[in-house]
Amino acid sequence: MKRPYFGEFGGQFVPELLMPPLIELQEAYEGIVQSDDFQKEFNGLLKEYVGRPTPLTFCENLSKELGFKLWLKREDLAHTGAHKINNTIGQALLTKHMGKKRLVAETGAGQHGVATATAAALLGLECIVFMGAKDVERQAPNVKRMELLGAEVRPVYSSTQTLKDAINAALRYWITNQKDTHYCLGSVVGPHPFPSLVRDFQSVIGKEVKAQFLEKNNKLPDHIIACVGGGSNAMGIFYEFLEHREVKLTGVEAAGEGTPDCYHSATLNKGTKGILHGTKTYLLQTEDGQILPSHSVAPGLDYPGVGPEHAYLKETKRAEYVTINDKEALEAFKLLCKKEGIIPALESSHALAYAMKLKHKLSSDYHVVVNLSGRGDKDLEIVFKYL
Amino acid sequence: MQNVLEEVFYKKRESGKKALMPFLPAGYPDKESFVKYIEEMDRFSDIIEIGVPFSDPVADGPVVEKASNIALENGVNLPWIFDTLKYLKGRVKSKIVLMGYCNPFFKYGWEKVAEDAKDAGVVGIIVADLPLEESDEIRKILRAHDINLIYLVGLNTSNERMKRYADVCSGFVYFVSVLGTTGMREKLPDELIDKIKQARQIFSIPIAIGFGIKSPKQIEDIYEFIDGVVFGSALINHIDEKKDVKGFFELWKGYI
Repeated sequence: MKRPYFGEFGGQFVPELLMPPLIELQEAYEGIVQSDDFQKEFNGLLKEYVGRPTPLTFCENLSKELGFKLWLKREDLAHTGAHKINNTIGQALLTKHMGKKRLVAETGAGQHGVATATAAALLGLECIVFMGAKDVERQAPNVKRMELLGAEVRPVYSSTQTLKDAINAALRYWITNQKDTHYCLGSVVGPHPFPSLVRDFQSVIGKEVKAQFLEKNNKLPDHIIACVGGGSNAMGIFYEFLEHREVKLTGVEAAGEGTPDCYHSATLNKGTKGILHGTKTYLLQTEDGQILPSHSVAPGLDYPGVGPEHAYLKETKRAEYVTINDKEALEAFKLLCKKEGIIPALESSHALAYAMKLKHKLSSDYHVVVNLSGRGDKDLEIVFKYL
Repeated sequence: MQNVLEEVFYKKRESGKKALMPFLPAGYPDKESFVKYIEEMDRFSDIIEIGVPFSDPVADGPVVEKASNIALENGVNLPWIFDTLKYLKGRVKSKIVLMGYCNPFFKYGWEKVAEDAKDAGVVGIIVADLPLEESDEIRKILRAHDINLIYLVGLNTSNERMKRYADVCSGFVYFVSVLGTTGMREKLPDELIDKIKQARQIFSIPIAIGFGIKSPKQIEDIYEFIDGVVFGSALINHIDEKKDVKGFFELWKGYI
C-alpha cells in the first residue's frame, strides 16, 4: 500500500478500532476508485448531475481596474453552490461500491452536510450528519436543508460545540458502526487515505482549469489563488499544477478580525506542528498541545487544523500561504457583487481579496485564476450584519 | 530482565486473582483531591492509570471527556503531572501508567516524555490514538527508558494484526471490550469471549480488559482468560457522587 505521508505530515494517528475500516478504505481507494468503471460512473455524475465542467470566467471589468488578467473558476455554479459536492458524490459512489448503506459526516457551517445529504439522497444511502450545537443554532437554514434531503442532523454538545467536536463525534460513531457505514469526511484532512481521496475527487477543478485555460490562451495561467480552511478546494485546483513549477500557487488563510490577539484560522501562518483528527499537520494549539478555538467571518474556513499536504507544500515552498482578514474579505465580496454581478461565498472572498491586493503590481499579460469555491447566498445574513 | 509491569500480573495469577487497574484523569476532580484519591485507591489497586487530559479525546465517551475538560480547566498539563507523580513516588505501591493522546506528548517531545516519566516512576504509557503503524519510533524511545508502550487491540483486530502487535508489545495488552468509546455498558458483546480466547492464544504477555466495565457480573464469562480489569467511567461517576473510594472497590472483593 502507498505510504500515508506527505513528507513528515499525514499518517494514521487513530485508535486501533479505526484501523480496520481505514485499511478497508485504503484498499478501496487503491482499487475501486482507480478502476475505469468507477471513474466513468463518477465523471458521468459530475457531468449530468453536478453540472460540470464549471465555467472559467474572465472578469473584464475587474481586470481593467487591477491591471492584470483575472479569471474565476466558477465552483459556485456547481450543484448545491460549492465545490463540496465533487467530493461527496465521489465518496457516496464509493460507499455503494463498498457495499455499505449509510454515510456519516461532520459539518461546520452546513455546506458539507448539505452536499453529503444531497449525494446520499441521489444514491439511495442513509445519512447522519453531526454538527456542533452552536453551529446548529447559527446555521438553522442549512439544518432544514439537510433534513429536507432526508438526512438526520445530530447536534454535538461537547467541548466548543463546533466543527472539531463534530469531527470527533463522527469518528466515534464510525468506530461503532464501521460495518455498514462510511465516514464521508469533508476536507483534505483526517487520517490517510482521506487527504488523498478527497484531493483526488476535487482534482477535477484543476484539470478543468488547465484544459479551459489552454483552450482559450494556449498556455498555462501564471498564478492560482484559493482559500484554505481544511484546504479541499485549494488542493483540488492546485494538484494538477504541482508539476508545472512555473505556475505560482497561493493559499489564503483567514486572519479573523486581524487584531494581534484575535481568534483566527491561519493555521499554516501562525500554527505549530501537531497531531489532530488522525493526521500530523499544523494546528492552532497551546504550548501544552491543547487545541485552540478558531474563528473567521467565513464559516467554512473556521477549523484549527489544515490538510497535511498543504503543510508539505508550505515546507517544500511549492505553494505560499498568506492571510486575509474579515474586513478585507468583506470588501472583496462587495466588489465582486458590484463589478461582475457574482455573489461569492465569504470563504472564496478571502482568495479574491488577496488577488485585489496585487492591484497594479503585475503586468497586463499576467493571468491570475481565483478559485471561486462557492456562492455567497448562504452568507447574506452574516454580510448584512457588517454592511 | 524482568518486566516490572508484567510481574504485577504474574503475582496476581499465583493467587488466582486479577490486577485491579483504576483510571482517573490527572487533576480530577481538582488537583488536591486527585492526590488524595490516588493515595486512597492505592490501597486497593495494583496498577493505576493516570489520564493525561486532551481537548479532543476521540476514543472517549462523555464521562471521561467531561472529566478531561475539567482537568484542563484546573490547569493540568504534563509538567504538573510529572511533578505530582514525583511527590507520590514512594508513597504509593501501585505501578503507574499514563494514558493519553498523541498531541500533548508530541508537543512535549517524546524524548523528554520518556526521561521525565521515568524520573516520575512511570512504567508504561498507553496512547489511545497510536496504532501499530505509527508506533515504532516512539516505542523505541520509551523502551530505552524502561517504559512500556502499551498497545490496545479490539473486537475488530484481526488475528493477523494481533500477531503483529504480539511481536512488539510489552507490559500488557489492553483489550478494548466494546466496539466503541469508553463508558459503562449494561452488557458486553457476545463475540467478546471468542475474541479474548484468540488473543490469549496469540499474546504471551498479560491481557487487561477495559472500556464499558462497571460490574463483576459482566466479566464472569471471560474471567479466566484475562489478567486485569480497567475501570474509568464507573469510577469517575462514583467519585462524582461524592461516595468514598473504598465503597467502589468493595463491589469487586473476591474477584481481584
